[in-house]
Amino acid sequence: MQETLGHGMNPESPQSNSNQFEPLLRVSGLSKQYVQRRPFSRQKIVVSAFQDVSLEVFPGETLALVGESGAGKSSLARCIALLERPSTGKIELAGENLLALNRKQLFPIRREVQMIFQDPSSALNPRLTACEIIAEPLLIQGEGTKPQRRARALQLMEQVGLDSAQEHKTPLEFSGGQRQRLAIARALALSPRLLILDEALSNLDAANQTLILELLADLQAAHSLSFLHISHDLRLVSEFADDVAVMYQGRIVESKDTRKLFTSPEHSYTKELLASVRSVESILLERSA
Amino acid sequence: MQNLLRVTDLNVSYRGAGSRQHHAVENVSFEIADGEVLGLMGESGCGKTSIALALLSLLPMDQAHISGSIQFRGKELLSTDQSSLRAIRGAEISLVFQEPELALSPVMKIRDQVAEVIHAHNDWKWPRCRAEAESALARVGLAASSRIFSAYPHQLSGGQRQRVVLAQALACNPALLVADEPAASLDARSQNELLALLRKLQRELHISILLISHAPEVQASLADRLLVMANGRIVEQGPFEQLYRNPSHSITRAMLRTSAPASVAEDLDFEMVT
Amino acid sequence: MRYLARRLLHSMLLLLAVSIFSFAILQLAPGDFFTPLSVNPQISAHTVATLRSQYGLDKPFPIRYEHWLRSVFRGDLGLSFASGTPVAPLLVFRARNTLLLTGTSLLLAWMLAIPFGIWSAARRGKWTDRAGGVVTSSFLTIPDLVLFLALLLLAVRTGWFPTGGMMSARFDDLGVGGKVQDVAAHLFLPVVGLVLATLPPLVRHIRSAMIEVLEAPFVLAARAHGISERRVLLRYALPVAANPLITLFGYSIAGMLSASLLVEVVLSWPGVGPLLVDAILAKDVYVVVAAVMLSSVFLVAGNLVADALLFATDPRIRTEQIN
Repeated sequence: MQETLGHGMNPESPQSNSNQFEPLLRVSGLSKQYVQRRPFSRQKIVVSAFQDVSLEVFPGETLALVGESGAGKSSLARCIALLERPSTGKIELAGENLLALNRKQLFPIRREVQMIFQDPSSALNPRLTACEIIAEPLLIQGEGTKPQRRARALQLMEQVGLDSAQEHKTPLEFSGGQRQRLAIARALALSPRLLILDEALSNLDAANQTLILELLADLQAAHSLSFLHISHDLRLVSEFADDVAVMYQGRIVESKDTRKLFTSPEHSYTKELLASVRSVESILLERSA
Repeated sequence: MQNLLRVTDLNVSYRGAGSRQHHAVENVSFEIADGEVLGLMGESGCGKTSIALALLSLLPMDQAHISGSIQFRGKELLSTDQSSLRAIRGAEISLVFQEPELALSPVMKIRDQVAEVIHAHNDWKWPRCRAEAESALARVGLAASSRIFSAYPHQLSGGQRQRVVLAQALACNPALLVADEPAASLDARSQNELLALLRKLQRELHISILLISHAPEVQASLADRLLVMANGRIVEQGPFEQLYRNPSHSITRAMLRTSAPASVAEDLDFEMVT
Repeated sequence: MRYLARRLLHSMLLLLAVSIFSFAILQLAPGDFFTPLSVNPQISAHTVATLRSQYGLDKPFPIRYEHWLRSVFRGDLGLSFASGTPVAPLLVFRARNTLLLTGTSLLLAWMLAIPFGIWSAARRGKWTDRAGGVVTSSFLTIPDLVLFLALLLLAVRTGWFPTGGMMSARFDDLGVGGKVQDVAAHLFLPVVGLVLATLPPLVRHIRSAMIEVLEAPFVLAARAHGISERRVLLRYALPVAANPLITLFGYSIAGMLSASLLVEVVLSWPGVGPLLVDAILAKDVYVVVAAVMLSSVFLVAGNLVADALLFATDPRIRTEQIN
């Protein structure tokens, strides 16, 4: 029972694509504009969050999306996670155009794409226990009985490095790093194929950042997960990313293999970003000079 | 040489839910000399910010219990009265908060917010305070235009807001600056600019800084000495370069990212109450 | 400007809908103004029928409504059956008295509530705050009717205050100063009643708005800069707490014609209240509709004032990003 729980029990969900050369996620020409209107004025302000964004994430691989702090990247993440609707473009998951589906058709597909947010304190319901939080997606998708859900939740807790004996604790009783692990466990409940990390490490201290990155790498290897890792910290994400896409002023200016990006960047903004990534060694050297 | 700040056996505990005491800071002792930058590193948690707030006696007195000694220029801060403390806050010891967006009033122009700090510590008339505020803002690199000076916080970028908060802190030429994660909300480019600015100002004004940051790059840019904390206690302290090259504690190693952190998980006890 | 025009258009449509609605509701009640006459055996049915057609009460609903609309444009708002005079001057006279009462009470209530609210918030948890909380709770639970009757009792028993009306009999003989004093003496009890009824919820709202703001990080930051507690309260906390309070103030204005109804009836203040009550009972249709319309106008105006004030005082609504 525990094995089948959360593993796409709905026969309508897209079949697991074993073809490694086809992208799991393909985004083409995605754009989003917001229209703001000020009271007492006739002005209408059109704000473009991002324009003409195209990217691909392959099964079992990580694409890092880096750029300055601003609404563009998060807005894009929310559109891909189907939390918002883009103005134009296509989002294809395993070949299926998600934007053409209605709400009912979309429901079983939502389990395939999950998101981890920047601030775990506000992403977790402070009134629920850890076990209830992790089991909630299963409850929403109507899977299993209560004992089955609990068992799966405890299993996931162990998987992300949390002590399952703490299942009765509420989120505020965990540390920041533990809360993110909780959020990850919840995201894994429905066995998604794509995980979107929206600045998920930004609020953590250096030690926790490394620990969670290692956890994510382990999970990726074990479950063939794909990651879309969004961050303003190029150095942090590049350790575990296969490809990197650089976003500047709402557009993707460069997108290639991580190593190639570091060795031969093309766009001026990319070069700027790389230049600002400095290691402790280089800083110490500069100071003693 | 008398130290600017001497903290001895500082203990801060909070009354948690159900009369449970949470010890945020335990037996912490350290010193800061004139013109020195002391870095404070530790896992995300209340310990570091509690120290920062304790220095200025800003902890909520009904929830927090403090004991120990905080001596600033020989004066014991924990037994100083409120009005003397007010004279010290912002003028001799300044605090730069995390998240500048939250640290500024949303309905006041930034120039006025800096002028308020100046006015609180000087007997000058408002026009003079405003003029001083403008030069304080220019000193931290904000473009000297009335459009910027008359702007409200929500109209500026994150980097600009950080500079405003810095201007507020430095406006009255304090001897000690306590910076709580000064570059946390910024991207790499703005972060480098801010650190360069801090370095320049530190040298020019010869101020001491207590730099709280979990990022090794930030500490490497500014810190002379480093304090590493875990679970409210100091685990290691010493000159930055020495700790970086030769860390003796596994937590130090993890914080400064000098080795595989897998072994660290057992050492870090995450039992905490916010 | 276009925004303003749009708001005004919406308001017009709203007022139109309100007028139709109140007109229609009144028709639902059986009978009309002349029904009591028809049960009087001394008056013939023919007389009643003549009176009815004289005042157009036998015409179908749409025609009567159209007549009323015409009277709006004419300015007299129809005829009051009870007094035989046009509605407009009658209503204006009464409305003026009501506004005097509610205007004074509003001003007084807010002027008292703001310092009380701020002071309670600043001393939160201390015994002064708790005592204040007990007092406001008590006044909140006392029904307004009981409060006003108690004041009436006070006036009757002690004879210190006039027991009703707006002026004494010898009003016309008094000089200007005397006239003002006379009205003020009559105004005293109704104002006290209304203020006591509206003050407690106001104080609570202000207190909770202030408490919420006082816990914000920027207030702590201001204290960290050595700014005095008084300045922190007034220059930092209050302006930000003002947002929800301005909306509340708009509602206060919106209710200016209706809030005093009960106190006017109990303490016999010659305002819109007693007029409306009598007109409803007698089915004096045009008076009722006109009074309801005037209240609606105040509601719309109050909301507009609140929005305009918010726009003027909150820079976040007013300005855009520079970068």
